[in-house]
Amino acid sequence: MNAITPHSSSGSTSHYPSAHVAQAIETHTLAVIVDNEPGVLARVIGLFSGRGYNIESLTVSETEHQRHLSRITVVTRGTPMVIEQIKNQLDRMVPVHRVVDMTVSGRAIERELAMVKVRGKGDHRVEALRLADAFRARVIDATVESFVFEITGAADKIDQFVSLMLPLGLVEVSRTGIVAIARGPEGM
Amino acid sequence: MTKEMTGAEMIIQALIDQGVEHIFGYPGGAVLPIYDALFHQEQVRHVLVRHEQGAVHAAEGYARSTGKVGCVLVTSGPGATNAVTGLADALMDSIPIVCITGQVPTHLIGNDAFQECDTVGITRPCTKYNTLVKSIEELPRVLHEAFHIASTGRPGPVVIDVPKDVQFATGTYSRPKAFAHRGYAPKPKADPRRVEEAVALMRNARRPVFYTGGGVINSGRKATELLRQLVRTTGFPITSTLMGLGAYPASDPQWLGMLGMHGTYEANLTMHECDLMICIGARFDDRITGRLDAFSPGSRKIHVDIDPSSINKNVKVDVPIIGDCTEVLEEMLRLWTAQPGDGHAAAHKAWWKKIDQWRARKSLAYKPSNEVIKPQYAIQRLYELTKDRDTYITTEVGQHQMWAAQFYGFEEPNRWMTSGGLGTMGYGLPAAVGVQLAHPDALVVDIAGEASVLMTMQEMSTAAQYRLPIKIFILNNHYMGMVRQWQELLHGGRYSQSYSEALPDFVKLAEAYHGVGIRCEKPGDLDAAIKEMIAVDKPVLFDCVVDPSENCFPMIPSGRAHNEMLLGDAAENLDEAITEEGKMLV
Ligand SMILES: Cc1cc2nc3c(=O)[nH]c(=O)nc-3n(C[C@H](O)[C@H](O)[C@H](O)COP(=O)(O)OP(=O)(O)OC[C@H]3O[C@@H](n4cnc5c(N)ncnc54)[C@H](O)[C@@H]3O)c2cc1C
Ligand SMILES: Cc1ncc(C[n+]2csc(CCOP(=O)(O)OP(=O)(O)O)c2C)c(N)n1
Ligand SMILES: [Mg+2]
Repeated sequence: MNAITPHSSSGSTSHYPSAHVAQAIETHTLAVIVDNEPGVLARVIGLFSGRGYNIESLTVSETEHQRHLSRITVVTRGTPMVIEQIKNQLDRMVPVHRVVDMTVSGRAIERELAMVKVRGKGDHRVEALRLADAFRARVIDATVESFVFEITGAADKIDQFVSLMLPLGLVEVSRTGIVAIARGPEGM
Repeated sequence: MTKEMTGAEMIIQALIDQGVEHIFGYPGGAVLPIYDALFHQEQVRHVLVRHEQGAVHAAEGYARSTGKVGCVLVTSGPGATNAVTGLADALMDSIPIVCITGQVPTHLIGNDAFQECDTVGITRPCTKYNTLVKSIEELPRVLHEAFHIASTGRPGPVVIDVPKDVQFATGTYSRPKAFAHRGYAPKPKADPRRVEEAVALMRNARRPVFYTGGGVINSGRKATELLRQLVRTTGFPITSTLMGLGAYPASDPQWLGMLGMHGTYEANLTMHECDLMICIGARFDDRITGRLDAFSPGSRKIHVDIDPSSINKNVKVDVPIIGDCTEVLEEMLRLWTAQPGDGHAAAHKAWWKKIDQWRARKSLAYKPSNEVIKPQYAIQRLYELTKDRDTYITTEVGQHQMWAAQFYGFEEPNRWMTSGGLGTMGYGLPAAVGVQLAHPDALVVDIAGEASVLMTMQEMSTAAQYRLPIKIFILNNHYMGMVRQWQELLHGGRYSQSYSEALPDFVKLAEAYHGVGIRCEKPGDLDAAIKEMIAVDKPVLFDCVVDPSENCFPMIPSGRAHNEMLLGDAAENLDEAITEEGKMLV
């Protein structure tokens, strides 16, 4: 056999499609409306794990009981091409009604709720309360040596609150993951 | 029609209402009520396979050769897991299948009951849709919805898992008017502005090429007709993927042969150097594109596909058109006929001249022999001796499959059944069973490798039972040839485990299966042997002993020095035919 070899062999040594490295990685929040049927969450999660997509956050709950519809909010990362692919892959699933990219529409509000347990005495306890107040976190449980705070906000606000609680006796954090909705009068 | 009946009877009734004539299956504890319901009727004919994988492949062959949905019935546990390979195969190649699996009774689900497995969990990633039927009330809807989902949009396999108590339960059957999945919108209407944009590009193209695929076949007979008209009126060259062979006649001068890893030199270079690529129902698979950053760098790309997730997946295109091939081709043809391209006749002439130079390279050439049968020669003779008949070809996976694609000229769609996406060895024999059932009077040939065919050989029993005169044409090179070829090219010729050791005597094996065995070892005997094979009205194992060392060229190697195209020794070495850019081809 005779090989047709290029004069200057390029650096890449794989025949297989390379990752789309030329494009920047972006974070997108997707709202996915699905039929609330058994296995639908497994289907969506299986798509992400099976195709190697990232899940940064995922929340799901029934939102329209009458019509058996649930809303999944998923935060994912990838190049614009991969994000487009994720949306198309989600959209073609049989129980999926709609996929809306909240990041592209640009007018979405994102919130997350966290419950944060802090244990401590004396100055630490006072400081924790003071910070909670500054972050508009509510005390939803208290003992003489602990608090459970409830805090709502954008994910980075919660991150910040949690890191401030760390030296003050942070015991445990439970977060809902991000939910999102568009601003203004229109529904999706 | 509304009627009281058991779940098992509903299943049969739904099949009848969907016009199903054949169902491929294998019984077991969890489907006994359905088998009982089958026993009481004569409209749906059950075909007993010898392994559930074979049932799915047979249904695939049936579906691909008829355009109908293929149906499968298997039991729970091992019945369902055995079917998985077939389901994954059908998903990759977009074949419409409805597969009914039995399940343990509802109250035992999750208890590790006898022959229980999480069928819905296991098959979720290898089906278009699947569902566990929890009550008799939903059964009629689920059954009809399965056919709807399997056959519309981008087709694919659907699994319905039916617990045994649901099969026994009684309920009201009627054919539903509406489906529960309102979000499922399978037929997007193509954006007319995009189609206009595409035709405008076509009018201005100097170096255009049509790159078509399995989507044209999926779309149906009419898509093929429209494609042929469009290609002829435009005068553009056309190539196709493995899955799209037959949509455009191989004997036509505008046909460049298959493209991709084992595609012709002219098809690949035309793709590489075109200024406009018109992709219709193909998915820019890695066997086509090779290294992505060097794929057809100078072209604008139009992509027609019914599935938005196929668009911009691997290759960014300029004009995406989401729609059915038939509909889009019709519109393209209408727009082109109203205002054909002109003013580029000279450019087109120069383009064809270039293509003819690439053709002159004769990239499929091989060194003929009088001593030993060259596999390519065997396919050529098979083609010559069967082309004037009503012939259907299936294949296994390996070198023989590629030689079949290169050397058997397909003139019509739905005549070529092969496992492209998953590349499943063992596909061809059961697929031939399905094709022969659908076309009892046709000549059905499985072009096989001696290794692949052993994976589902037991389906010879099925062929014997139903008197299906399928012809298994084995290119016996005593190697897993495709593996050996890669080991030769990429692993220093260390043929680790790729020799077909201790092969059965295929002639005796055929006889053991109540068929006829034919062995041919000399090129001079080949024609007579093939004629004998065709004349036999029984299943045939044809042991065609071929050159064990032949490799399949051209080849764009994968995984190694990757921007190289390898041609066989016999290809014409016309240096001037290879441009600098051509040399860079992946
Ligand atoms: C050993 C081996 C070697 C191979 N070498 C090659 C090779 O050299 N060349 C080659 O071509 N292949 C080769 N293949 C096959 C390859 O792996 C792929 O299966 C094949 O290239 C895919 O074909 P396709 O792009 O036509 O897509 P298909 O898998 O047929 O997909 C069809 C596309 O059309 C779309 N579609 C479906 N229905 C419609 C409709 N009604 N309207 C519009 N669009 C529709 C689908 O959404 C999909 O995107 C090889 C396979 C094996 C096993
Ligand atoms: C089920 C399965 N297992 C393994 C492979 C990998 N594989 C691809 S081709 C091939 C060899 C096929 O040998 P044979 O059927 O004799 O065909 P040949 O290449 O010799 O024509 C193998 C093992 C596969 N495609 N499918
Ligand atoms: Mg072999």
